[in-house]
Amino acid sequence: MRGIAKSLLTTLSTFTRRPVTREYPDVHRPIPQRDRAFPLLLWDTEIDEPFCTGCHACERACPVECMTVLMKDNPNHTSQGGSSSRRKIIDKFWIDYARCMRCNICVEVCNFDAIAMNNTWQGHELSVYDRSDLVMDLQQLLAQHRAGDIKEWVAQ
Amino acid sequence: MAMPRLPDQEFETQDIMINMGPQHPSTHGVFRMVLTVDGEVVRDVVPYVGYMHRGAEKLCETMDYRQGIGYMDRTEYLANFNAELSYVMAVEQLMDIQVPERAQWIRMILCELNRISSHFMFTGAFGTDVGVFGTAFTYSFIQREIVQDLFEEITGDRLMYAYFRPGGLAWEVTDNFVERVREVLTQVKQGLKDVDGLMTANEIFIARTRGVGTISTEDAIDYGMSGPALRASGVDLDIRKTEPYLYYDQVDFDVPVGEHGDVYDRFLLRVEEIRQSIRIVEQCLERLRPGPILPERMPRMLRTPPGEVYIRTEAPRGEYGIYLVSKGGNRPYRLKIRSAGLSNLQALKEMTVGQYVADAVVILGSIDIVLCEVDR
Repeated sequence: MRGIAKSLLTTLSTFTRRPVTREYPDVHRPIPQRDRAFPLLLWDTEIDEPFCTGCHACERACPVECMTVLMKDNPNHTSQGGSSSRRKIIDKFWIDYARCMRCNICVEVCNFDAIAMNNTWQGHELSVYDRSDLVMDLQQLLAQHRAGDIKEWVAQ
Repeated sequence: MAMPRLPDQEFETQDIMINMGPQHPSTHGVFRMVLTVDGEVVRDVVPYVGYMHRGAEKLCETMDYRQGIGYMDRTEYLANFNAELSYVMAVEQLMDIQVPERAQWIRMILCELNRISSHFMFTGAFGTDVGVFGTAFTYSFIQREIVQDLFEEITGDRLMYAYFRPGGLAWEVTDNFVERVREVLTQVKQGLKDVDGLMTANEIFIARTRGVGTISTEDAIDYGMSGPALRASGVDLDIRKTEPYLYYDQVDFDVPVGEHGDVYDRFLLRVEEIRQSIRIVEQCLERLRPGPILPERMPRMLRTPPGEVYIRTEAPRGEYGIYLVSKGGNRPYRLKIRSAGLSNLQALKEMTVGQYVADAVVILGSIDIVLCEVDR
């Protein structure tokens, strides 16, 4: 009988503590800065073009092969009268978020710091009605950083 | 009208086969067992594993060493750091890499914290199996969340960390790491008191678990059990003590050993292991010094010389071993995962036969299997 009384006392004692739950859709947990959701492409605001040169490094290192990369000659290169030092630039880029296993390897292998893990709630609260909507194209991948809506991921 | 009485002598009973699983909430995943029952008593158990088989071993053979780390997370999803540790230690041994001291201590802290969170998962799920319903589950999960929040701050992910690398760690821990760990430990100690108060002395809980699912010392050894399930049967075998890896030989901790080998002992043992893990983490924090987390010379692409290696570590469920064969190059030629869950599950028949059907769930829960690890 004493053991049961002890159990009941334990549950009663929680009335004196603060609640640990949150009213989820209204109150969001603060996300740590290092948090990683899905990869995003970054935007070079100085020259107004993506950092990505389409070098296929991330595509080759991806364990689940969720990326497709195509490169092209940069029309904005200095030889063409432009202002960019990038000879090649990304033409098309798809990431299948449904396949991605968020291992961070693409960020580690990138030589141009062109890809980063999304650490905002927009990266976490992805729900769509069709699985094909999770295949992101270049514009979707660039949009968030272009709008300045991503905290810097400071781990490395 | 009075019913005619059945004559006692000609009354025959018939065994029935009950299919439990694979879609059953208390099988901890997709596990199926076919129980042959005589009334309420179990006469035979036939377990069927393999529903979660994804070929993780074979997949890792098609990937280089860094890519394989993510798959180790997915085999043992309750103790990811322990699973990663075995894998990276195997690669380090093959490549003959010296891991910096700081990286080793951090690994040890994270592994022990992972053990704590895994055992809290056990107390929660086990409480549900026994019939305490949500109470034990929510109380344990508060603590598990606290530990996972810490892991998320360090590694960036709540479950699939992919944080250990051959040679050390992927990146440095956060600046307030030590204070945060201490904070977590104080909360975990409080949580441990709660779980202890809820279940350990509870008469109903004891009546439900004491003397259930007993396995003798000899049988436990014969079935190749390991971890808390083996130690509950009275075998003092902990790989952290017998073959120290990391710096387990430099810290002071006890290995709890059970007496009866029943379900209650397995529960008590895990609660005690949480206490010991807290002790280990506290000692590690004292010894943690600034320094590098990766060796100075690390190749960009990891290539191992030909050779084979077997590394075993003490994961929360028992011996987690990696057998790695390399024929040179950047990927394993053969990778074999020795999971504690599969070996522990073999003893299920020995434990369950002769018990009641309701206890079959409790016994299965007490082995604390992770089906992803069993089937990999």
